[in-house]
Amino acid sequence: MVRRVYLDNNATTPVLPEVLEAMRPYFGEHFGNASSIHRHGQETRAAVDRARESVAALLSCPASEVVFTSGGTEADNLAIFGVASPGDHIVTSTIEHHAVLNSCRHLEAHGCEITYVPVDSCGLVDPGDVKRALRSNTSLITIMLANNETGAVQSVEEIGKIAAEAGVYFHTDAVQAAGKIRVDVNKIGCDLLTISGHKFHGPQGVGALYVRKGTQLEPMLFGGRHERSRRAGTENVPGIVGLGKAAELAQTGFERGDDQAMSTGRGRLERELLKIEATGLNGEGAPRVPNTTNIYFDGIEGEALVIALDLKGLAVSTGAACSSGAIEPSHVLTAMGLRPDRAKASIRFSLGKQNSAEDIEFALATVPATVSRLRELSPVYRNLVSK
Amino acid sequence: MSGGVDSSTVAAMLRAEGRNVIGLTMQLWNQRRLAGHEGMPESVQGRCCSIDDVYDARRVAETLGIPYYVVNHEERFERDVVRPFVEEYLAGRTPIPCSLCNNHLKFDQLLVVARQIGADRIATGHYAQVVFDEPLGRWLLKRPADKSKDQTYFLFGLTQEQLSRTLFPLGGMTKPEVRELARKHNLVIAEKPDSQEICFVPGGDYKRFLEAYLTEQGELPAGISSKTIAGEMVTTDGKVIGEHAGVHNFTVGQRKGLGLATGSPLYVIQIKNDTRQVVVGKDEELYSRTLRARRVNLISTPELQEPMRVAVKIRHKHQPAPALIESAGPDEVRVTFDQPQRALTPGQAAVFYDGDIVVGGGWIENSAS
Repeated sequence: MVRRVYLDNNATTPVLPEVLEAMRPYFGEHFGNASSIHRHGQETRAAVDRARESVAALLSCPASEVVFTSGGTEADNLAIFGVASPGDHIVTSTIEHHAVLNSCRHLEAHGCEITYVPVDSCGLVDPGDVKRALRSNTSLITIMLANNETGAVQSVEEIGKIAAEAGVYFHTDAVQAAGKIRVDVNKIGCDLLTISGHKFHGPQGVGALYVRKGTQLEPMLFGGRHERSRRAGTENVPGIVGLGKAAELAQTGFERGDDQAMSTGRGRLERELLKIEATGLNGEGAPRVPNTTNIYFDGIEGEALVIALDLKGLAVSTGAACSSGAIEPSHVLTAMGLRPDRAKASIRFSLGKQNSAEDIEFALATVPATVSRLRELSPVYRNLVSK
Repeated sequence: MSGGVDSSTVAAMLRAEGRNVIGLTMQLWNQRRLAGHEGMPESVQGRCCSIDDVYDARRVAETLGIPYYVVNHEERFERDVVRPFVEEYLAGRTPIPCSLCNNHLKFDQLLVVARQIGADRIATGHYAQVVFDEPLGRWLLKRPADKSKDQTYFLFGLTQEQLSRTLFPLGGMTKPEVRELARKHNLVIAEKPDSQEICFVPGGDYKRFLEAYLTEQGELPAGISSKTIAGEMVTTDGKVIGEHAGVHNFTVGQRKGLGLATGSPLYVIQIKNDTRQVVVGKDEELYSRTLRARRVNLISTPELQEPMRVAVKIRHKHQPAPALIESAGPDEVRVTFDQPQRALTPGQAAVFYDGDIVVGGGWIENSAS
């Protein structure tokens, strides 16, 4: 039996056993519709309320400002489409997740103006650029908190101040930050913030949008008055309960210093891998979430390395999971100014709470040998070395 | 694995033999890329690299319990297959993209990826046989048992290294046997129809494809009928008898679509790239006895030290014709047929056979000596 080590936690994370246990009754005995008057409904309503409080605690906001959604993509869409109208101007960045980028592109084709603020070689947005991009008709700034490919954490607090001064809504996609670093909506000063359950050991198919009180948000789904008429549709109770439990566990994790432990593991992995010749760290110099490292291995095709490692039991990725199968190298790495061949030679390793020190050692025992094998058979690398 | 019957059955056969099999699908062309261009279909179904085919291949791999991956080689495919395909047509030749794909993608890039991920060999669903000949010390490419499915014509470019790392498990089988085996293995694609056309050209309409591609590339802003590629139709004795909208519309031996009203049937005899003239004439003027093959790859022998009697195939559906081949310089071979052959077409391949053994082959440069 091949040992399997999963270091692709920015794609998704395994549901923690406690989360699964918390969800289980809501697939069975507690099956009620949270909108129902009777006892069955009351039980699930209470569970949804508790989960909302746990998520609110994670984000340091009142529970009433949490809207449950089907995931990060829906929350991003709701934030952007819910706020922007034709004729508006929106400021975003070149390294956003496609849930934000493609929402903006869609609006661009339907009467909105969009400014895509660039990033520097570390993958950071200059808040000054955001400020300079503002116009009289700017209605929204949407800049992510942590990048999914590099883990780079943006200066969202500064951007929050800029937005507040200008009286412009500020949305931040915190999908890759929530559960990994402390996220406080008041410190950030955002009006809208997206999280996704499965990125921090909750289930897939559930997320939430933080909506600051007073934000004029048009719903996208119409139907019943669920989620205070901000998101119609019968609640995904097991999912919401799982998200709540994951938020609770993340919170206790911070108190225990989980983020520090993760940073230590990532540090060892990164240091050792960077000893391989012709490698480098993407996003070096930027503050990062503690679980992510993105490394280029010159002269290889990232795609082939991912497959070769998978066959040896190590799961990693070439970048955003959604990019696989596309010819373009990662839009994030390209925006940082990486050469296309180097962007394609880049691999993302992302840790989760389930990973042990042995997992890191397994990766360190597997990656260098695999990289050598690929390079031995790579005409590109032979040319590179001979130069 | 293309998602078709042949490659799927190969995977099933190797799996049944207890081999350690990894399924790979090459993503070579985005079938939606040119959708919306004039004359191009909005969606293409059941074509190589379509979402449906990748889905089928994945389902087969899952049924067989083998690891499966899609590898993206769109960039290389465009550079080494699509581009040359387009340029060959614009230069008045008639290209064979499948051979280019075999030479540059399947048995080159894919083989590199296969070796990088730890596989010793690649197996494909081609109808051909590869055997090692001890006395000769060479890997031989041979025609398959099912002569009606023979694909050796497209494989003449394989090197000894490539052949040594290749398995053609269908070489000894007929197509009905392959389908039967696919059914036996409960493969979902057992009844899927064969694909015949060039995988990236929807409906086989290569002219539309050329126009859409060149427009997309911004190389043909005025439409393909622009003056830059139009030219004259001339007879073999040099008389101008009409005009044409581009040499890419013609192939040697073509009769239909010449746009000429004459008493006797006329055929394309030659396409002159330098003057953009399309030379037309009578059927008998299409026949010639000699051709020069360039960029020759020899398989059964390291070199042609002396002239050799072989049978030469000049297009996929051509019945190999007896001929003498002799070296005509580095990588060049002069072919002299016993009987004149109809429509020797530049851009096509001349593949040399000794019985079932592929001696080698090259690209037809011209029919003149």
